[in-house]
Amino acid sequence: MIVTESLSKRYPRVTALDRLSVDIAPGVTGLVGANGAGKSTLIKILLGLAPATEGTAHVLGLDVTRDGGAIRERVGYMPEHDCLPPDVSATEFVVHMARMSGLPPTAARERTADTLRHVGLYEERYRPIGGYSTGMKQRVKLAQALVHDPQLVFLDEPTNGLDPAGRDEMLGLIRRVHTDFGISVLVTSHLLGELERTCDHVVVIDGGKLLRSSSTDEFTQVTTSLAVEVTDTDAHPDGTAALRTALADAGVAVTTGAPGSESLASAGRLLYVETSGDDTYDLVRDTVAGLGLGLVRMEQRRHQIAEVFRDADAAQTTPAVPATPAAPTREGGAHDVA
Amino acid sequence: MSPEPTTPTRYASPAQGGASIHNIGYRHYDGPRLGRAYARRSLFSQSLRGAYGLGRSAKSKVLPMLLFAVMCLPAAIMVAVTVFTKAGSLPVGYTRYAVYLQAVIGLYLASQAPQSVSRDLRFKTVPLYFSRPIERGDYVASKFAAMASALFLLTAAPLLVLYVGALLAKLDFLDQTKGFAQGLVCVALLSLLFAGIGLVISALTPRRGFGVAAVIAVLTIPYGAVSAVQNIAFVQGNESAVGWLGLFSPITLIDGVQSTFLGGTSSFPNGLAPTTGAGFVYLLVTLLVIAGSYVLLMRRYRKAGL
Repeated sequence: MIVTESLSKRYPRVTALDRLSVDIAPGVTGLVGANGAGKSTLIKILLGLAPATEGTAHVLGLDVTRDGGAIRERVGYMPEHDCLPPDVSATEFVVHMARMSGLPPTAARERTADTLRHVGLYEERYRPIGGYSTGMKQRVKLAQALVHDPQLVFLDEPTNGLDPAGRDEMLGLIRRVHTDFGISVLVTSHLLGELERTCDHVVVIDGGKLLRSSSTDEFTQVTTSLAVEVTDTDAHPDGTAALRTALADAGVAVTTGAPGSESLASAGRLLYVETSGDDTYDLVRDTVAGLGLGLVRMEQRRHQIAEVFRDADAAQTTPAVPATPAAPTREGGAHDVA
Repeated sequence: MSPEPTTPTRYASPAQGGASIHNIGYRHYDGPRLGRAYARRSLFSQSLRGAYGLGRSAKSKVLPMLLFAVMCLPAAIMVAVTVFTKAGSLPVGYTRYAVYLQAVIGLYLASQAPQSVSRDLRFKTVPLYFSRPIERGDYVASKFAAMASALFLLTAAPLLVLYVGALLAKLDFLDQTKGFAQGLVCVALLSLLFAGIGLVISALTPRRGFGVAAVIAVLTIPYGAVSAVQNIAFVQGNESAVGWLGLFSPITLIDGVQSTFLGGTSSFPNGLAPTTGAGFVYLLVTLLVIAGSYVLLMRRYRKAGL
């Protein structure tokens, strides 16, 4: 899909990209980096809008310097910033954008209706965009990037400014763009947590340099931990402590505090249980039931991509992955409770 | 049918298998993609329609339509008078009509040029255009052509009214046709010149209000100054200065060109027209300003990508 070879972009004072070589396969790819890491510059070069200082880049097999127009015909782009005129309706705007991509008038209307429906805009699409919520505006922006049925879309910070629910919906939509629509996605974000759920592959850049490029599984699959929160009961005034003791007795590694450096108010009430298979879930369930506690939540916490940055900082030290407890112990524990 | 051939066949066309899965709920577009020239035409027609408020809110149709009516009304009255009084000629020549109604044209330009380009800048729609097949030059050309065409419609429509009226009044056909043609050339030049000036000024600011004020200022202040100085020069008997001074405001430029080459009389004091030599300078300056504003627009959008 996208291949760059020692791609560099230097401005008079800053180096935005520094000999970046990546090879991005079809699917959903996350492009992660702090602000100013070079994400937007990379997209600009890939769309053929800015010349690279050195190196080459190919998108869909087309050279970005020679075939910019052909690339832009097959690629969609959703900018990070607001880009919608407030005084026209979503329908009119997206139809116009479809025609700007070369779709004949009738096709532009049909595709607009389809695409707006797919991103979840219904009756409100006939109202002026000025009255839309941020979430609806993001959907219109996504629709204009998809309306010409591209083979690949660049989404620049699509979850910016959305509340948690809107964020989840947008991420789900992005996932569907690939699974249901068959369109490959390159999505940028500076929030690592959201990408690990959405992307197949993550490319991390920092200061214009490639930090890491690998599949999301590789990033997060080594171990997963389980976040468990329980209620207190009369028998166990401190349910969390009781569960912790019980699980430790069962031979499972339990920690409090957040491995992903989260700062939730309830963090003190969360237990993180290392898992390696389905039996751990059963064990936790049975232990909680055995103690008569109420289970508030039990959810997967994969190791966060954030650790990549810590890994990189710690230059060549071993990954920050706690050792997995030996399997036989855990099975023995499971039998105890059962 | 052994299982051996089926498996390879299925794997031989993974694209087909993939497409059939993706087609649930989502339809791919297999139709034609008409490319850059079509996109350019689409932008042109959208901008031209937008200049008359079409495809925009009802509120934004009011002013352009009103100005269009105001522009045509005097022509209709003149025609009525000519037909009624059986006069031998129209009260105003084709080429001078636009010069008389320059205030209306100025207002129209001031209201619509910022609408055409400042909006795209303000709401940051420009990067979306450049993420499509069109290039910077296509954007500038489309916007320029659309604004000039909108002005041409505004200024040529009353001429058409005059022409049809003149024929109804049974004025000399050849004379009128020649005058009408000269009038069209005049308003075409005027449209290009005004569109260029209006767009360059509007493209400088994303704020529409500033754009409106700046366009009005650039059209009226030089005109006021030129007229005042021309009158002083005329009173002092310096007639050649009167001829040259007209170079310094847009509408007097057009006035100079039309009175030299297109058989009209100028609105300069005492109807003084520039000499033929000066007339060539007028024409040259007009064309230079048009070309210059195009170049400035191209430069303006050089850095406007993403």
